[in-house]
Amino acid sequence: MTQVNINVHYVTRIEGHGNLILNAKDGKIEKLLWEVPESPRLFEAMLVGRHYDDVHHIASRICGICSIAHTTASIQATEAAFGVKLSEQTVLLRKLLYHAEMLESHVLHTVMLAAPDFLGAESVIPLASTHPDVVILALRLKKLAYNLAEAIAERKTHPLSCVVGGFAKFPDPAELKALRKRLVDAYADLDIVVGLFKTLKVPDFVRDTEYIALQDPNEYAFISGKIASSDTVAVPLTDYRKVTNEFVVPQSTAKYTKHKRDAYMVSALSRFNLNSKQLSFKAKKAAKDLGLVAPNYNPYMITVAQVVELFHVVEDSINIIDQLLTKGIKDEPVNVKPKAGTGVGAVEAPRGILFHEYTYDANGIITKANCIIPTNQNHNNIQKDLEALVPKILNKSEAEITLMMEMLVRAYDPCVSCSTHALKVEIKR
Amino acid sequence: MKPKVAFFDFTSCEGCQLDVLNLTGEELLDLLAAVDIVNFREAISRRDEDYDIAFIEGSISRDSEIPRLQKIRSQAKILVALGACACIGGVNCLKNHLTMNEALKIVYGDDAKQFDTIPARPINAVVPVDAYVRGCPAQTGELVKLVKALLLGKKPETPSYPVCTECKMAGNICVYELGKTCIGPVTRAGCGAICVTGGRQCWGCRGLVDEPNINSQEEILKKYGLTPAQVIEKFKIYNTYSEVKK
Repeated sequence: MTQVNINVHYVTRIEGHGNLILNAKDGKIEKLLWEVPESPRLFEAMLVGRHYDDVHHIASRICGICSIAHTTASIQATEAAFGVKLSEQTVLLRKLLYHAEMLESHVLHTVMLAAPDFLGAESVIPLASTHPDVVILALRLKKLAYNLAEAIAERKTHPLSCVVGGFAKFPDPAELKALRKRLVDAYADLDIVVGLFKTLKVPDFVRDTEYIALQDPNEYAFISGKIASSDTVAVPLTDYRKVTNEFVVPQSTAKYTKHKRDAYMVSALSRFNLNSKQLSFKAKKAAKDLGLVAPNYNPYMITVAQVVELFHVVEDSINIIDQLLTKGIKDEPVNVKPKAGTGVGAVEAPRGILFHEYTYDANGIITKANCIIPTNQNHNNIQKDLEALVPKILNKSEAEITLMMEMLVRAYDPCVSCSTHALKVEIKR
Repeated sequence: MKPKVAFFDFTSCEGCQLDVLNLTGEELLDLLAAVDIVNFREAISRRDEDYDIAFIEGSISRDSEIPRLQKIRSQAKILVALGACACIGGVNCLKNHLTMNEALKIVYGDDAKQFDTIPARPINAVVPVDAYVRGCPAQTGELVKLVKALLLGKKPETPSYPVCTECKMAGNICVYELGKTCIGPVTRAGCGAICVTGGRQCWGCRGLVDEPNINSQEEILKKYGLTPAQVIEKFKIYNTYSEVKK
């Protein structure tokens, strides 16, 4: 009789808290669960009664890793509620700030959190001696991302200068010029990252699912567009609840979502599968080098899709800086008039689509808030992936099975502390 | 023997730990040369239960977090609060203005079930704390200074004057002159008034100075034709815990 009993209490190298449980006897799975015991934070209750000018400041604190994503979704939800029109410069600065977070988060996840698994290291710290060049270039790219965010919004974690209707401070053109040069230099570092990922053996596992991401006819969408799916036509942001369909399941502590199938995926791979034709030249080349072709049904390839997106983000940042410098950066005053109404903001956080929806009264005070984070949309898909994966690897050692399961969870780059909708559910043992 | 350092997170956004990971290359490598990081769930898989210095991010907002924090306290020689949530309760305490049932109802409507959730509080409401790295997010420069001071056996110093002092030094125009409200006059400095420099105002994330001059704050409000109620709404965002306590 063979028994497998795996209980990983708090998967490491992810943001937030999640547990993996597998009990199997004689090749039969008795229990297989991805659990999310994150502390409920009740942000939506905290936002009620706040003035619109403080709302994105508080919403940013939902997540320290994707604080620019939450800030942007929050600002855009408020702008949609008030019917605010944005200047061309505001849109460019917002996209550039957004790229800074995408760059930082993807470098952190691909090189510092996910790559150690492939290299047989327990974390990035031993990599500092075995692969010092990679660790140093990751720190250099992260610093570039931080400096880019600082130039636009004073700070990367919980940005300051981006506000409803525009910006409260404007970047110095000389600083942008210097950052442009560092962005051009970053290609060489990214080539080394591609070189590293080409040597890594990505587990051979596929499970076709529904892929959901923003889609914009004009560009590879991060902060604009409609909600697109691999299974249906794109729908406007105001229909987001028809896509997420949140529901409660007894075996999990988080609300799950589903759309056309039993689960769907939001991630860099969803974006790639839906929008890869709109990637920049260098990003397309990186995808080719890494053997990533749309559609790809291997969830472990989310990390590879993030590497591809790094090129797009750097290339588009250079392009945006050129546009800003050519046009000249103006001090544009912000002029916002609150009005009663409801608005939805949606962005592609590094780990997938994120929704904020607010209802305001005529004085610009929130009366109702709803946030649906990417990781909560992925829990259901992670569970379904595990159910497809584990029977295929049950003959391996417990250590190998654990690693494969942990790597799968890490591939989703989960950001569990965001958990705006965690539910306490009794688990029967 | 290098001191063993551990990082633990409670109810928080984990942004403070993220910024530790983003110390510039040299600072991070210097830190790793001086201390041995033995437990840091967000970044590494190693999880030793033997450590000297424990950094705690997050506030306490569940019953189950209390024994976990007490256990860490009994193990650590030095316990450090990292960031506004741990130091003063931070934004998590905004929910304390409601009963927990009201808060749950707002978020979950009819789905609201029994949660393990209690009014949020800073960690010094549960265990004694030896040192504080303040701010939202915590200032990593202060963290490095603190580690240096601890390694030398010194007591770390934090400013006891208000943000206004640093704001003037940064050359900012007072935001009251721009018709906005600001918590800077009663907030502990050390941030370089970064929020005002970034075009915004102070929300008080570093907590109150030791002896806040409330009279002077009232005079400022009078001068600009503002009422305390207008400031209290801003003040609540990070300082609900100290306000409710009074």
